[in-house]
Amino acid sequence: MFSRVRQLDKSLVVSVSVLALYGLATLYSAGQTDVPTFVATIWQRQLIWLGLCVVVAWLTYRTSPRMLEWATPIAYAITVLLLLLTLAVGTGAGTAAGSKSWLSIGGHRFGQPAELAKLAVILMLARWLAGLREAPSGIRDLIPPAAITGLPCLLVLKQPDLGSAIVFVAILFFMLFWAGTKPSLLLLAASPVIGLALAFSTVAWGAWIAVLTVLLLWWRPYVWESIAIMGLNVLGGVIALPMWNRLAPYQQNRLLAFLNPDVDPRAAGWHVIQSKVAIGSGGLFGKGFTEGTQKRLAFLPAQHTDFIFSIVGEELGFVGVLVALALFGWLLFALLRIARRATDPFSSLCVFGIAGLFFTHIFENVGMTVNLMPITGIPLPFFSYGGSFLLACSLGVGIALRVAWESRQSGYGELGQ
Amino acid sequence: MSSFHPYLLDRRLGMARLVVWFVLALLVLWFFRTQILGHGKYQLQSETNRLRPIPLPAPRGLIYDRNGRVLAENVPGYTVSLLPGPEPVLRATLAAIASIANIDSAAIERVIQRAHRAPYQPALVLGDARFSVVSALEERRVAIPGLLIQAEPKRWYPDTAVVAHLVGYVGEVTEVERATRRFAMVRLGGLVGKDGLEREYDDSLRGSEGVRFVEVSAKGQMVRDAEAAANLNPVPGTDLHTTIDLGLQQFISKIFPPGQRGAVLALNPNTGEVLALYSAPSFDPNAFVGGVSAPYWRTISESPAHPLLDRAIQARYPPGSTWKLAIAAMALKRGIVGPRSHMPIPCRGGLQYGNRYFRCWNARGHGDLTLTEAIAQSCDVYFYQLGIKLGVTTLLEDGNAWGFRGRTGIDLPGEIPSEFPTGPEYYDRVYGPRRWTSAVALNLAIGQGENAQTLVQMVRLYQQLASDGRLRTPFVVRQAATSNENTSLDLTADQIAWLRRAMIAVVEEGTARGSRLAALTIAGKTGTAQNSHGPDHGWFIGFAPADKPEIVVGAIIEFAQHGTAVAPLVARTIAHYLGIEDKRFQNIRVAVPTDSAPQPFQLPPLLDTLAPTLPSIPRDTPILRDSVLPRPPTR
Repeated sequence: MFSRVRQLDKSLVVSVSVLALYGLATLYSAGQTDVPTFVATIWQRQLIWLGLCVVVAWLTYRTSPRMLEWATPIAYAITVLLLLLTLAVGTGAGTAAGSKSWLSIGGHRFGQPAELAKLAVILMLARWLAGLREAPSGIRDLIPPAAITGLPCLLVLKQPDLGSAIVFVAILFFMLFWAGTKPSLLLLAASPVIGLALAFSTVAWGAWIAVLTVLLLWWRPYVWESIAIMGLNVLGGVIALPMWNRLAPYQQNRLLAFLNPDVDPRAAGWHVIQSKVAIGSGGLFGKGFTEGTQKRLAFLPAQHTDFIFSIVGEELGFVGVLVALALFGWLLFALLRIARRATDPFSSLCVFGIAGLFFTHIFENVGMTVNLMPITGIPLPFFSYGGSFLLACSLGVGIALRVAWESRQSGYGELGQ
Repeated sequence: MSSFHPYLLDRRLGMARLVVWFVLALLVLWFFRTQILGHGKYQLQSETNRLRPIPLPAPRGLIYDRNGRVLAENVPGYTVSLLPGPEPVLRATLAAIASIANIDSAAIERVIQRAHRAPYQPALVLGDARFSVVSALEERRVAIPGLLIQAEPKRWYPDTAVVAHLVGYVGEVTEVERATRRFAMVRLGGLVGKDGLEREYDDSLRGSEGVRFVEVSAKGQMVRDAEAAANLNPVPGTDLHTTIDLGLQQFISKIFPPGQRGAVLALNPNTGEVLALYSAPSFDPNAFVGGVSAPYWRTISESPAHPLLDRAIQARYPPGSTWKLAIAAMALKRGIVGPRSHMPIPCRGGLQYGNRYFRCWNARGHGDLTLTEAIAQSCDVYFYQLGIKLGVTTLLEDGNAWGFRGRTGIDLPGEIPSEFPTGPEYYDRVYGPRRWTSAVALNLAIGQGENAQTLVQMVRLYQQLASDGRLRTPFVVRQAATSNENTSLDLTADQIAWLRRAMIAVVEEGTARGSRLAALTIAGKTGTAQNSHGPDHGWFIGFAPADKPEIVVGAIIEFAQHGTAVAPLVARTIAHYLGIEDKRFQNIRVAVPTDSAPQPFQLPPLLDTLAPTLPSIPRDTPILRDSVLPRPPTR
C-alpha cells in the first residue's frame, strides 16, 4: 500500500490537497458572519465530506481503467435514471429553490445527480470516442457523442439548471477536440449556438452568417453538411426570440445583468455588484482572513457556494486570488500532462474530460465573480460547499491518479521526467 | 487509433495548454482590473454599502422666564425607528411589531412612506415610546431586523397649557416647510418649532444634529457602531431667556374665568417686555411631542373654541371704548381740546347727527362733561362730537401714523395685522365717492366702524400712554430690529398725565369701579366690542402704578358683555405683579352700567364664527376683509 502511495502523481496530489485546504479555510471564513447562520458550521460538514472523498479517490485510484470502461454504460444508465427520478421527485434549494436539482426522498436531500452525471458523460464519451477507428471527421460522426451528452444534458436543462447543461456541452467539445476532431468541424458544429447567441442583434447575426458562408466555402465540407449547418444557423436566428421568452425570468435577468449589472441593482445585478464590490474592496492584500466586511455583513450572496471565490478576493486580495489561480493552473496542467501520457485512448480521454470539467467550472465560477462570465449556479471545485460535486471531483482525481500510475508502470513516467 | 499518435497528441496538448494559459491570463487581468485599478471605487462603495448614518438629535435649547424658571425643557425619551431594508422585509418587520408597538395599518403605511422618502435613514416608527414598549421591543431585538431604539431628548413643557400659546410646540418638519430656505437644512423627520417661541427662535433653539454611523447587514440589520472617528456629536441648541414672568403667567391662567375665551397680555410699558401672554382656551403642547395623536388633534382642531388660536395676536376685535383714549390723544395732540374742554352739546342719552340719532350707552345721559369725565364715564356723545371735530381725514391719518393698521412686530409668529382704513379713499372705494358721509367719524370715534384691532395692538397704545409716549415694540426675547424707536404719540408730558388721570378716574369712579384697589392706583379703560353673532366682547386695558407705571395689562374676554367684567381680571393681575395682597378681590362683584355703544353695528364675522378649519388657514389671511364689511348706517 505504501508503495502505491509513493507512486501517486505528486503534482496532482499536492495541488488538489492544497486547493482542498484552501477551499476549506475559505469555507470556514464564509461562516464567520456577524449574524451567524447555518453557514457557520458548514466547514465541519465539508471536512467530513473531504474525508469521505479521500477514501473514494483512493478506491478509484485502485480501480483499473478496464474495470471502469466495463462499468461505464452501467454508471451512465444509473445516472440517467437518477436524473429522471430527480425530475419526478426533485426539490430545489437555496437560491434556486424553484428548480428541481436535488434528489430528495422523504424530505431528505441526497444530492445533485447532475454533478455525477457530468462524470458519467465523460466516461461514456471516452468509451465511445476511444472505440472509433478514425477521429470524427464529419457532422454525421458527431451525432452519437452528441446524443450521449444530449440525453443527460436535456434532463438537467429540464430541472432547470442552465449552468450544468452548459458544462455538459463544454465537456462534449473538449473531448471531441481531444479525440482528434478538427477544430474547424468543432467550430461548424458550434456555429448554431453562436448564431443563436448573436441573434439578439440583427447586424451581428448577419455578419456571422456571412463569416460562416466564407468558412464553409473555405473548408468545403460535404454539401449536405453545409446545408445542414446553414439551416441550423438560420433556425437559431429564427427561434432565438421564442427561446428567450421560454427562459425562466431569473435566467433572463441573469443574462441581462451580465451585460449590465446596474440594470436591476437590487435583484439580478445585485449578486454581481456585491461580488465586485467585495473583491474590489479587497485590493492587493485583502482585508485579512475572516475579516471581509461585505461577507461579514451578508452582502455577498451564496457566499458558501457560488460566490465563495469573492471571499478569497475580499479577504486575501489580489495576492490570494493569484495563489488560487496558480493552484488551479497547476492542477489543470497536471491533468493535461496525465492525459497526454495515458497508456490508452480511453484513459487519456477520461482525464482530458475531467480536466475540461474542472476548467469549465473554474472559468465560469471565478469569471462570474468579476462579471467576466454570466452568472450560473455552478460550483467552484474544492471551494464551494456541496457533497455531490466534491464526490464527482474526487472520483475524477482518483481516475486521473490511476491513469498516471498506469503510465508510470508502463515506463512513461520515467521517460517523461 | 491514429489520432492518438504522440505527435498529434502533443499538438493538441499545446493547444489545450494555450487555452488554459489564455483563460488564466484573462482571469488575472479581470481581477487586476477589479482589485487594483478599481480598488478605490469599490472600497468607497463597500463603505457606503454598509454604513448607515443615524442622526443624533440635538437637545433643543431650554426656554426660561425672566427669573430663570423653565418654560420648556428636555426630558429623556425614547424613539423607535427601523433601518429600512428591502420593502418586503420592512413590511414583515412592521407587521411583527405592530401589536407590541400598538401601531395600526395607517401608521405602518406612514413608516413605509418615510422609508421611501429617505431610504438610507432610519424610518421613525414611534416618536415617543413608552418604556414598557421599548423594553418589550428590546426583548425581541433579534427577531426585528434594523430595530433602532434611541434615547432622545424629548421636549417637555412643565406648565403645559399655561404657556402653550407663548412657547408653542414642536413637531416633525413638513415637506412644505423643507421647501423653504429656513428649514431646508432640517432632515426629513427632524423636529422644528411649530408655533410660539419654538417657531420664532427655532434657528437658535434647534442646535445642529450629530450623526453616528452604524454598520448594517444586507438585510438592514444593525450590527455594530462604526469607528467613532466618523461620528459627529450634536450641538445643543442655544437657551432662550425670555421676558416672561412665569409666576404672573400662572396667576393669570388661574384667575382667568374658566370656560371663557379671551386673552391677557402684560407688558412693561417702559421697555416693551412682554411679562405674560395668555390665551384661552389653551391646549397641551406636550401632546404634540412625538407626533400628536389623531383623537387629540381632532378635538382641538374641530373645537369651535379654536384652542390653537392665540387670541392676543391672532384675533381682531373692534376696540370699542378702549379706542376713546386714542381719539382723546389725537385731539389733545392737535390742540383741539384740553382736559377740561366741554363739548357743545351735553349728553342727553344720544346725539342727532344728520337724519340719524346716535345713542349714548347711557340712555339717561351723562350731562355736560369735561374730557376727563367723558373718558371716565366713557360717554359716547362727547366722543361723537370729538370725532366730528377731528374729522375723518385727520382721524384716519393719525390712526395710520400710530400703526393701527398693521402688525406690532412682536417676536411671535403668526401675528395678524390690525384692520384700519388707510384714509378717506377707503370709503370711496368701498361705498363709492360721495356715497358716504362724515357720520363714519362718529362710529370711528367710539371704536366702532371699520376698525378691528388685535389685543397686542391696543395694549401697545396704552403702553405709550403708560410711559413717556414713546412706542416700544412688545417683545418676548428680543426687540424687532425694525423697531421704530422714535415713533411716539407726540404728546407732551402734561397731556399724558391728563390722560392717565382720566384713566385713573375710570377705575376710581368710572365704569371700572369694581377694580379699585385701596393701596394702588390703576389707570385703565374698559371697552365693549360689538359682536353681532352673540354677546359682546369685553375689553379692559390698564396700567399701574398710575403715577409711574411698571406694568400695563390688556385683556379681552369674548362674549363677556362688556369691559367691566374684564376689569377685575386685569386689576388682580396688576396687583399680583406689584406684590399687593389681592384677597379682597376674591368676592368683588362689579356693578356698573353697561358700557354699550350707540347701536349694534353689523360687524363681519369674527374668527370664532368662521368655518372650523382654522389650522389650515394661513395665519396671515386677513380674517376681517374689507369686502365683507357691510354698508355703514349713513344716509
